[in-house]
Amino acid sequence: MLRSEIRPTADDRRDYASEFTPGLLDPDVMPAGVAGPRGKAAAKRYNVYRNNVTVSLINALAETFPATLRITGEQFFRAMARFHIRATPPTSPLLFEYGRDFPDFIAGYEYAQSMPWLSDVARIERAWLDAYHARDAAPLAALAFAAVDPERLAAAVLTPHPAARILRSRFPAVTIFAANRSGEPVGPIKTVEQEDALITRPALEVVVRSLPPGAAVFLTRLIEGEPLGAAAGTALSESPEFDLSASIAGMLEAGAFSAIRSGD
Amino acid sequence: MGGSTARVDSQTSDGLRFPTHPVAGLAGTSFKHEHLAAILADGRQEGFFEVHAENYMGAGGPPHAALTRIRQDNPVSLHGVCMSIGGPQPLDKVHLGRFKGLVERYEPALVSEHLAWSTHESTYFNDLLPLPYTRATLARVAAHIDEVQTAIGRPILLENPSTYVIFPESTMSETDFLREVVRRTGCGLLLDVNNVFVSATNHGFAALGYLADFPLDDVGEIHLAGHAEQADDEGERLLIDSHDGPVADAVWKLFDVVIGRRGPVPTLIEWDSDIPEWPVLKAEAAAAQEILDRHANGFVTRRVHAA
Repeated sequence: MLRSEIRPTADDRRDYASEFTPGLLDPDVMPAGVAGPRGKAAAKRYNVYRNNVTVSLINALAETFPATLRITGEQFFRAMARFHIRATPPTSPLLFEYGRDFPDFIAGYEYAQSMPWLSDVARIERAWLDAYHARDAAPLAALAFAAVDPERLAAAVLTPHPAARILRSRFPAVTIFAANRSGEPVGPIKTVEQEDALITRPALEVVVRSLPPGAAVFLTRLIEGEPLGAAAGTALSESPEFDLSASIAGMLEAGAFSAIRSGD
Repeated sequence: MGGSTARVDSQTSDGLRFPTHPVAGLAGTSFKHEHLAAILADGRQEGFFEVHAENYMGAGGPPHAALTRIRQDNPVSLHGVCMSIGGPQPLDKVHLGRFKGLVERYEPALVSEHLAWSTHESTYFNDLLPLPYTRATLARVAAHIDEVQTAIGRPILLENPSTYVIFPESTMSETDFLREVVRRTGCGLLLDVNNVFVSATNHGFAALGYLADFPLDDVGEIHLAGHAEQADDEGERLLIDSHDGPVADAVWKLFDVVIGRRGPVPTLIEWDSDIPEWPVLKAEAAAAQEILDRHANGFVTRRVHAA
């Protein structure tokens, strides 16, 4: 039989998917058009799909945000994640792309208001996963940086490493992230200082560091393509204690950049 | 022809990036990153490894490093989970492009996808959802498989689903549907024996009857996995395709029957949650290998669709 002979007949529906899906994220909706065998009911049967969808997506968020989960506890996290999944289900089949809106959701989540730093910890975790999957690239070697003519250094422009991310927080988000991300017991968080995070993956391991004063501005400007001299000037004007040589040494060690183009 | 063009040509025609490892007659396991160190410490593995394609669709990082390492020594099976071949809407071209990229990069011994769907409009539901079996869905599934096979330049194996509901509008049996898909597209089949057992229990038909009607000659790979048990609305047994435990005895028996009739076919132990230590998974694969080997005599190794 040739394919052209097969045409949809009047009783063929295209909309089985439109009928099937609304109930997957809404426990009060049951699709028409499905049944159990031999006249059996379909409610508990359909519930298997509903459960698979909800639980697997909650698990996906739990895997992406383990420190956030550890801070809130399992029950709190899963309830919060369920609200988010119903409000903002994934739009990509790549689950490691899911959860970009979750930190903002946490910031506005009624029951998380007593933990104003929680969304910043989640932001670091989301950036961690982006760094994990980022394109591989060799980090800029200290020698390559040192080889640039000092007179042309101020005009030099750096290429950011694909994994490099910077996040600024009003809270000690890096310390809280680090304490809860490991399997070790979490003691009291002693610092109340605000922390800026640098997330990099120079080889296969993602590293999260907290940055000294002014470095976040400096690195952000460099990542945006501003020449080194101008970026340093901006950092210094915003943070008088900004230390340029320490920041350069730190960014090279972290692998935040992959190339340098000296000024012409 | 210019120099730069010649260079591009030689890069693509220089041959394979990885050794060709035959997969015929082998048992294999799901590849889980937490097992990588144990697998490497364990020495050369006999079997093959299967990965979910979507987990390797990032740009770089540890997933690609791990799969590259595994692929050097072993045949790899690329198992797509969310192409949404069974859905009413057109395939996601970007996703298909990523899938094609993985086929080219890793030169897998086997490539498979599901008779199911998971994306509707713009939402991805992360589950293998069921479809009615009608002439219209058959035509669309066949067109989608054509599109995938054209994009990647080779046939795929299509997996039978485990299902929990039926569509009263269906006009064909699942086996007739699959047989017709194979006839129209030239694809092969991935026979998931656990799915057969789960669906047979859930819908009250005989698994052996389903297998007797299954086009076994078109099977290029078999899946075995564990399932969980719940109850339906009438309080009767409802099995869940959970991939979270060892293969059930009843499924091993069905597998033995299938291999006795079909001869050895690459067979995968799927284990996707509550993942055990590597030796436990390896022992399950060894049990499958024993059944494959027991039936190997008397069967001339046949070329299968995607091997």
